[in-house]
Amino acid sequence: MSPAALLAALGRTVLSILAGIGRVTLYALDALSHIVRPPFYGREFGHALLTVGWLSLPVVGLTALFTGGALALQIYAGGARFNAEAVVPQIVAIGMVRELGPVLVGLMIAARVTSSIAAEIATMKVTEQIDALVTLSTHPMKYLTVPRVLAALIVVPMLVAVGDVIGIFGGYAVATQTLGFNPATYLKNTADFLEPFDIISSLIKGAAFGFIAALMGCYFGMRSGRGAQGVGRATKGSVQAAAILILAANFVLTGVFFSA
Amino acid sequence: MIALTQVKKSFDTNHVLRGVDLRVETGTSTVIIGGSGTGKSVLLKCILGLVTPDAGTITLDDQDVLRADRDTFLARFGMLFQGAALFDSLKVWENVAFRLLRGSLKRPKAEAREIAIEKLRRVGLKPDVADKFPAELSGGMQKRVGLARAIAAEPEIIFFDEPTTGLDPIMAGVINELIREIVTEMGATAMTITHDMSSVRAIADRVAMLHDGVIQWEGPVAQLDTSDDPYVSQFIHGRADGPIEAVR
Ligand SMILES: Nc1ncnc2c1ncn2[C@@H]1O[C@H](COP(=O)(O)OP(=O)(O)OP(=O)(O)O)[C@@H](O)[C@H]1O
Ligand SMILES: [Mg+2]
Repeated sequence: MSPAALLAALGRTVLSILAGIGRVTLYALDALSHIVRPPFYGREFGHALLTVGWLSLPVVGLTALFTGGALALQIYAGGARFNAEAVVPQIVAIGMVRELGPVLVGLMIAARVTSSIAAEIATMKVTEQIDALVTLSTHPMKYLTVPRVLAALIVVPMLVAVGDVIGIFGGYAVATQTLGFNPATYLKNTADFLEPFDIISSLIKGAAFGFIAALMGCYFGMRSGRGAQGVGRATKGSVQAAAILILAANFVLTGVFFSA
Repeated sequence: MIALTQVKKSFDTNHVLRGVDLRVETGTSTVIIGGSGTGKSVLLKCILGLVTPDAGTITLDDQDVLRADRDTFLARFGMLFQGAALFDSLKVWENVAFRLLRGSLKRPKAEAREIAIEKLRRVGLKPDVADKFPAELSGGMQKRVGLARAIAAEPEIIFFDEPTTGLDPIMAGVINELIREIVTEMGATAMTITHDMSSVRAIADRVAMLHDGVIQWEGPVAQLDTSDDPYVSQFIHGRADGPIEAVR
């Protein structure tokens, strides 16, 4: 490839990435503007609360439980190298609440919720259900996107809170059962060490990740190409984008919250 | 009156509509015929604004459809999609009553359900399908539910994309009669796409044939058989040889 062709290809890629970011941003702003304008579809919102929140509890709980347990084992083993085994409760608490809780819940939501939203909306698109919605005087943004995004925005922080608690419990269980920690001291150390802002930052991250996850599912679903292949591509693209954006947003938010 | 002037639409290099001119008078029934893939469905979607034309103008009662208020504009329309396009998360009756359960035409649930069941009856479906989900129905039944949904709010203008495909001959006859009734009794304006020549004769006041991206022929249904247009006569007699290439 000649240098000029290489440059041209590079330029095209950069341009298409920038155009994509622009489109997603416009879509997000459009979705937000529709949240505050009637009509509001309560039934769809209730359904989204159920599928995004309640039905995600098992997978969120299990993810957090195992992660908290593994974290306790690692910190114990690592801490032993410089006689700092006692920090297990503190590091588990801070690690779960500040980072792993929100990130893992966010990624699990991307896997579970983003994919299913994208596949559902993309299927609606390829079977003309979105067109039918429009002809029945119903705005797809209001009927499909707003309920899902709003539900995720509200319910994912709650899932993160649950994940944080279960993760800490996982660490607690491992530490007290196999590492010889005193249960009462473990809990007291955890409670003393966590600051209110740790928890607030965790919930803010949860809200941001929930928003990203639901928005990506809707965005890719609405832009789906034709046929089963289109649905497959939309689903894959939505999960990839959601996961990457969640990790990037986590980096940015951590920087904003904790690098003072 | 719906009027299309030089409407063009391409998908990449696929030039589907290349300058369509068509007038549909209020209260009449126009049937659009034409080969598979000539852009009949795209034409209806252009009028509804689901597909944006690349060029040309479409007016409804002398107002440009692109400038009309979307909600009031769409409230005048009903559309049966080629693939029925039922919402598979909703029950059959909720599909039919979709418009009646929300928005400006909203009414009490029990009343909406009653209307839905009455519309289902008109398309030959028994009340017990009302509580099923679309996926539990056969293709022909889904099509008829789509039809019931299109007429549920008694719109002024109704588009039917292949209303009788997938139906047995008797049911096709019932649906043809229903469409005719809606036009003559309720004074609705209908545009119907069909490949079924007996449907054309039962439904149409006027017939338009789409070929190569333009309206190749347009006229009253009575002149269809006597038309000396070679495209029309090849099409209605289903001959493989003629100006329309059958094997590409
Ligand atoms: N959204 C789209 N994107 C790309 N191409 C499209 C799209 N919709 C339609 N087409 C193309 O436009 C052409 C006309 O399609 P259309 O569905 O209008 O055909 P039709 O006349 O309704 O055919 P049939 O009688 O088989 O239903 C086809 O070649 C189709 O591939
Ligand atoms: Mg078609």
